[in-house]
Amino acid sequence: MTDQTERVLPRPTPETVHFWEGTRTGELRLQKCDDCGKIYFPPRPFCPECGSRNVSTFAASGRATLYSYVISHIPAPGLGPPYSVAVVTLEEGPRLMTNIVGCDQTPEALTLDMPLEVTFEAQNDEITLPFFKPAA
Amino acid sequence: MARGTVAVVGAAETTEMGVIPETSELQLHADAALNAMAEAGLTAADIDGIAAAGEAPDVLAQYLGITPAWLDGTLIGGSSFMLHVRHAMAAIEAGLCTTVLITHGESGRSRVEAKGFPEFIGGKLAGQFEVPYGGSLPPTMFTIPVLRYLQTHGLRPEDMAPVSVVQREWAALNPRATFKDPITVNDVMNSRMVAYPFTLLMCCLRTDGGGALILTSADRANDFPRPPVYILGAGESAEGPMVSQLDDFISSKAFRLSGERAFAEAGISHDDVDHLMIYDAFAHVPLYGLEDLGFCKPGEAAAFVGDRNTAPGGSLPLNTNGGGLSYMHSGMYGMYAMQESIRQLRGIAPAQVPGAQVSVAHGVGGMFSVAGTIIFGNEPA
Ligand SMILES: [Zn+2]
Repeated sequence: MTDQTERVLPRPTPETVHFWEGTRTGELRLQKCDDCGKIYFPPRPFCPECGSRNVSTFAASGRATLYSYVISHIPAPGLGPPYSVAVVTLEEGPRLMTNIVGCDQTPEALTLDMPLEVTFEAQNDEITLPFFKPAA
Repeated sequence: MARGTVAVVGAAETTEMGVIPETSELQLHADAALNAMAEAGLTAADIDGIAAAGEAPDVLAQYLGITPAWLDGTLIGGSSFMLHVRHAMAAIEAGLCTTVLITHGESGRSRVEAKGFPEFIGGKLAGQFEVPYGGSLPPTMFTIPVLRYLQTHGLRPEDMAPVSVVQREWAALNPRATFKDPITVNDVMNSRMVAYPFTLLMCCLRTDGGGALILTSADRANDFPRPPVYILGAGESAEGPMVSQLDDFISSKAFRLSGERAFAEAGISHDDVDHLMIYDAFAHVPLYGLEDLGFCKPGEAAAFVGDRNTAPGGSLPLNTNGGGLSYMHSGMYGMYAMQESIRQLRGIAPAQVPGAQVSVAHGVGGMFSVAGTIIFGNEPA
């Protein structure tokens, strides 16, 4: 791991490939149960609330708030310290892990509940990661 | 399961503890197992059930010469061994086997044929949705909920520091502890920042070691050289390995469910607890544990520790071996928490709590997402 300079990238599976197709085209895709209405993440082809396989995919607004985070000083592949490792709450409800970009990586700049918006960064031809930045 | 029907009749750690570069991970399991069997006056021929985490139970069985009628390889991180104890209780009560060996060994520092924790692979959900952002190591995963917890309760990062300070006081009483020199809140806050709000002295050690337990039915428990330690109650729960998907960041659902089950089964109240172990991978885990197990109200654990209730001489001795913060931490520390509970109830702990009769050992696993709780007593009922 330590000799790796590139960020460790996801390997999409058949059940998640729609999410990674979405980020490539600038969409943050969530899933919704067509039976009970549950909106959920991470991707899977069934509803974690009621078990229905009758689910659909939609583009989220990209708006979120900062739920919690750490500012890591540990070198990680492709990530230069200090960098935030954050969990954000999407406007639609689910939470996801991300990095907060476009601001200082300090406790003063990163305040809980601050409004955020998604921003996409292509890592290679296949993988575009969703990051979040302070909302305009 | 019935209270006190299964007992620990053998409990031992590895011969050495700390830095053990001459021993493979497999042999650390075996060293602890041999020590526990010797203490119980048993050989491999007497063991008919085996559980292990980090190394598969069939590998251990073959290596140790055990022919198992029951195996458990539950691997959910540091509290795996609490779950093994609970599963072994059920197996012994059900008559699936009579005498269970549970082993842990981990070359956490020297990495001699050490295995990695298996969740962090690119195609798994954590590998796709956490690892790319740096959520690949315990210091950046276990710790993520804490700022939300601190803000909710009006606390500051330095309010966690007394956890580290008090556990160092306990470690000073333990000759086998890795770190024994006293530290202050200032020392904790001024140590190197690892992952804000966590400084180095709020993070567990990385050492080599192991431990093993031998369980059998209570009706046989007095036939062994050491006084038995009975299992009064046990619980387990899990939310899965992804910290981003935890139900709640200011309280652990897995801790609450595991603790409630253990206390209900034991039929005891918190006032009955003489001694407590809460797996301290990081300084916040004992705070969540004190609250989620019901010893403190939400948001009050930091002051409870700061007021020295868990320190030597306090009303609720906690992590009396020095914990993962100062004693040792091989990677999956839950075994050592139970070893200390058992030493306390046998009356042989280096920092002995006078007259300890009931001890609770609470383990955390996954990335702050799995729990196992065992309540031990030195009387069956
Ligand atoms: Zn549903």
